[in-house]
Amino acid sequence: MKVEQISIFIENKSGRLAEVSRILGDAGVNIRALSLADTSDFGILRLIVNDREKAITILKGKGFTVSKTEVVAVEVPDQPGGLASILQVLDSEAINVEYMYAFVERCGDNAVIIFRFDETEKAISALASKGFNMLEGERLYGM
Amino acid sequence: MPTYYNEEFETLPRPVLEALQLKRLQSVLERVYANVPFYKNSFDRAGIKPADIKSLSDLQRLPFTTKQDMRDSYPYALFAAPMEEIVRIHASSGTTGKPTVVGYTHKDIETWTDLMARSFVTAGVHKGDIIHNAYGYGLFTGGLGAHYGAERLGASVIPISGGNTKRQIMIMQDFGSTVLTCTPSYSLFMAEEAGGEGVDFKNLKLRVGIFGAEPWSEEIRKEIEAKLNLDAIDIYGLSEIMGPGVAIECIEAKKGLHIWEDHFIPEIIDPESGKRLPEGEKGELVITTITKQGIPLIRYRTRDITSLTYETCKCGRTHARIARMSGRSDDMLIIRGVNVFPSQIESILVGIEGVEPHYLLIVDRKDNLDTLQVQVEVDEQLFSDEVKVLQVLAKRIEKEIKDMLGITCTVKLVEPKTIKRSEGKAIRVVDNRKL
Repeated sequence: MKVEQISIFIENKSGRLAEVSRILGDAGVNIRALSLADTSDFGILRLIVNDREKAITILKGKGFTVSKTEVVAVEVPDQPGGLASILQVLDSEAINVEYMYAFVERCGDNAVIIFRFDETEKAISALASKGFNMLEGERLYGM
Repeated sequence: MPTYYNEEFETLPRPVLEALQLKRLQSVLERVYANVPFYKNSFDRAGIKPADIKSLSDLQRLPFTTKQDMRDSYPYALFAAPMEEIVRIHASSGTTGKPTVVGYTHKDIETWTDLMARSFVTAGVHKGDIIHNAYGYGLFTGGLGAHYGAERLGASVIPISGGNTKRQIMIMQDFGSTVLTCTPSYSLFMAEEAGGEGVDFKNLKLRVGIFGAEPWSEEIRKEIEAKLNLDAIDIYGLSEIMGPGVAIECIEAKKGLHIWEDHFIPEIIDPESGKRLPEGEKGELVITTITKQGIPLIRYRTRDITSLTYETCKCGRTHARIARMSGRSDDMLIIRGVNVFPSQIESILVGIEGVEPHYLLIVDRKDNLDTLQVQVEVDEQLFSDEVKVLQVLAKRIEKEIKDMLGITCTVKLVEPKTIKRSEGKAIRVVDNRKL
């Protein structure tokens, strides 16, 4: 049920994001989803890629600080109120969303949203019990 | 005609002054040899007995005392007087977490007070002056040292200490302060703030400013004198030796700081070889205290770079003069008057879980105030995919530095290997201030 995301520390200076995408592109790593959190000094780039190990090895080799994080990819009905229905479940279970971002591609009629929870296991069982579908990592990486 | 605080001692003919120094030196050597195991051991290792010192030139045969020795003796092991006789304790930054501790007997406080009063008079201050003392009060020697000297002189002292600049300006204006004591950079900061408040220093009664605790230049003196409309005088001191009032410029010449040789013997050495340098050559200042009781120091290496002249001064004082401090022979930084060693910041970073100490200190001066930015490389142990975790870490480092060193800094998290390494050794400090 869990998906591996890689996170990269990026200083807030021009060209760094371009550098990361170029390095990954040159290595033939495909970015499936991404989000960039930024402050005035630094940013954290979060990626779902088709080949995690390759991406990590190559970025570390170039001197970047990279880590792996477990996130959850939830299918959301692509209609008004779709996201709200998920958040309501989490709220009732007092689970916090640390951050979230949308997947680039759709899965059938549904959109895919990536969540980072404070309590991942609890969130998975709460969502599963309410009938939400979560995607396996392998399926996402190759989408 | 110059005024003196103690004309006899300030104008002693050199041969008489040197005879007095030798007598006092011999006496202090006997005392530390008998009472301080550190000195007994170090003299024994050098194969010298106090009685072997028969001239001032023999002083060169004695080993140095360093800040490291003070650290090894933390807190009281270098004291030569029993604790019952210590009436005051001060401390300054050590090279790591522990400060350098000094103790004063009643007589030491008397001497310090007298020398500070003498320093005030040398700077053109007199009874009747209103002294706005903006040096920090506390473990730092600046505030209390200047305070006691001002009272001894019979001046009115305003113990305002540092901080709250608007209030400082209001009080200077309303109380009619005639003398200002603070760091040179703070005086310029005050001038700038006063402008913003619509206060013109030309309308204040300030006549003399006594500035120390950080290095400054002739250019800064001109700027301060123009902006604050006063005579800017350079004062030197360090807590290990006594505190403020070890040396000061005379208002007559403003050319070199008279070091009070009836209490201190200055030498200039080559910091590499440790050999004494001839008069006028630039090197590290070494001071021997010859009247101190609480913690006499023999050949203490100040790490301050200066030169020494025995030329007669137009003020008539016969005491040697040291030139403006032009730097340090170690890596100590002076940030807003606070002594900071990069190693202190390193030990704070090491103490924070996960922080590998790849750091860089960037010191700058903006609007006349020193700024410190601490860049810390983010490695995998430290990194988090959550922004708030990293922000909390940066705030925590800032707070620990503030708690430990008393200075405000900003922490900037940077990518690994962005801090330059030179020959495998990281450069720890970039000082962009034009001093």
